[in-house]
Amino acid sequence: MDIQSCVEVRNEWDIVSARQLGRNMAKELGFGNVDQARITTAISELARNIYLYAGRGKICIEPIDQLGRKGLRIVALDNGPGIREIRKVMEDGYTTSGGLGAGLPGVKRLMDEFSIESTVDVGTEISATKWLR
Amino acid sequence: MTAKDALTERYQDLLSVYLKAKTETTLYKGQQFSRKLLEQQISPEDLVSLHIQVMDELFPNMSEEMRDSFDFLLEAMIGYGFAYREHQSLRDKQQQLESEIEVAASMQQTLLLSDVPEFDELDIGVVSVPAKKMNGDYYNFVKSGSSLSVAVADIIGKGIPAALCMSMIKYAMDSLPEEQMKPHLLLENLNRVVEQNVNSNMFITMFHGVYEPESHKFFYAGAGHEPGFIYHAKEDQFHDLIAKGLVLGVSRTTTYHPYERVVEVGDMVILLSDGVTECRTSKGFIEREEIVSLIRKYMDLPAQNVVENVFQELDRLQGFELRDDFTLIILKRMV
Repeated sequence: MDIQSCVEVRNEWDIVSARQLGRNMAKELGFGNVDQARITTAISELARNIYLYAGRGKICIEPIDQLGRKGLRIVALDNGPGIREIRKVMEDGYTTSGGLGAGLPGVKRLMDEFSIESTVDVGTEISATKWLR
Repeated sequence: MTAKDALTERYQDLLSVYLKAKTETTLYKGQQFSRKLLEQQISPEDLVSLHIQVMDELFPNMSEEMRDSFDFLLEAMIGYGFAYREHQSLRDKQQQLESEIEVAASMQQTLLLSDVPEFDELDIGVVSVPAKKMNGDYYNFVKSGSSLSVAVADIIGKGIPAALCMSMIKYAMDSLPEEQMKPHLLLENLNRVVEQNVNSNMFITMFHGVYEPESHKFFYAGAGHEPGFIYHAKEDQFHDLIAKGLVLGVSRTTTYHPYERVVEVGDMVILLSDGVTECRTSKGFIEREEIVSLIRKYMDLPAQNVVENVFQELDRLQGFELRDDFTLIILKRMV
């Protein structure tokens, strides 16, 4: 269970696979049902972003253990267009899709830790962690 | 016992009581309980999870389908949780913004405050009230030598941008040398400052006047500003104080025409912003004649009481909801 598992995201079905992977790992780690739902929702959002804006990329899920503190980390990677104004996309109410998507600020609030790196024309890497309480 | 355990226990109590005897009282308690949940910032999916937990304990033999349906409900609630947390964060941000504006507004008040100078010859009254938090109207009195300089300005636009612009006007005026206190020259100077420093979609109207006690003359010029009035006591009549001129900031080379009037004992010079004439009542915009008749109604009182009474009446007529910043100034020659 120590190895990171990844799912390639190219279409909407892959979003479901990524969720499944995340849910299984969250269950195994002992996350309660609410946190499981939060983690899978975060995965959905990140995978949808890849699917909608980068076309393809991957979602990796890994269990983490820092000095006995256990958690789960989601890493979303793509080689898409990148995000020009990270500050903007991290603002509430800014969703380019115009839908009800919670966007990145929503993902950030669902998880405990969140970091984003993006280079225009190179790609984006987002990592989000949830700790087991 | 943690706060969450306490909530779980309370919810379990309420729910089991309700399931036994379905009374309105318990439902009412349930409704009050939801207020407590909001207070403790419990999000919707947490409440569903609480419900599942309690149901598991109350009905250990619950059918599998029922149990699974709750998990589905939980998943469906996550979106509401998203919205709830976004709402909280936006509300925090709004409170922060409001307190920042509060600070800016009080700073503006201090910056723009102009003391009314004392003159033996003149009785001066002034009222200036912002429609929102920040005032886009500006008035200024300066005693230079024996003369009184008075200015009223209005930014086309309201709120914070207007207020920022006003501060600039104040400092531009403060830094002009005294010999340029002639109204038409002052406006020409300010026009250049505004044209250079202010965005082309923002305009400022201004009226500037100088009262000279020796000659009892009022010199004035206007830049697209709402005309004031002059009241001649001898004939007991109000006249428009028209001063033609382009608003500030349109063209660098605008020049302004100098005007002057003789002020006799008992005469009044009345300056205002368009927030006064654009008062709207249920009958539509208020007419200039109505303002004149309001002033006439109170004009035997000291100037400060006149402007305050006129403001109060117009405020009441509008249902105490100012639509625009309101500034009214009266200068009355006493001796």
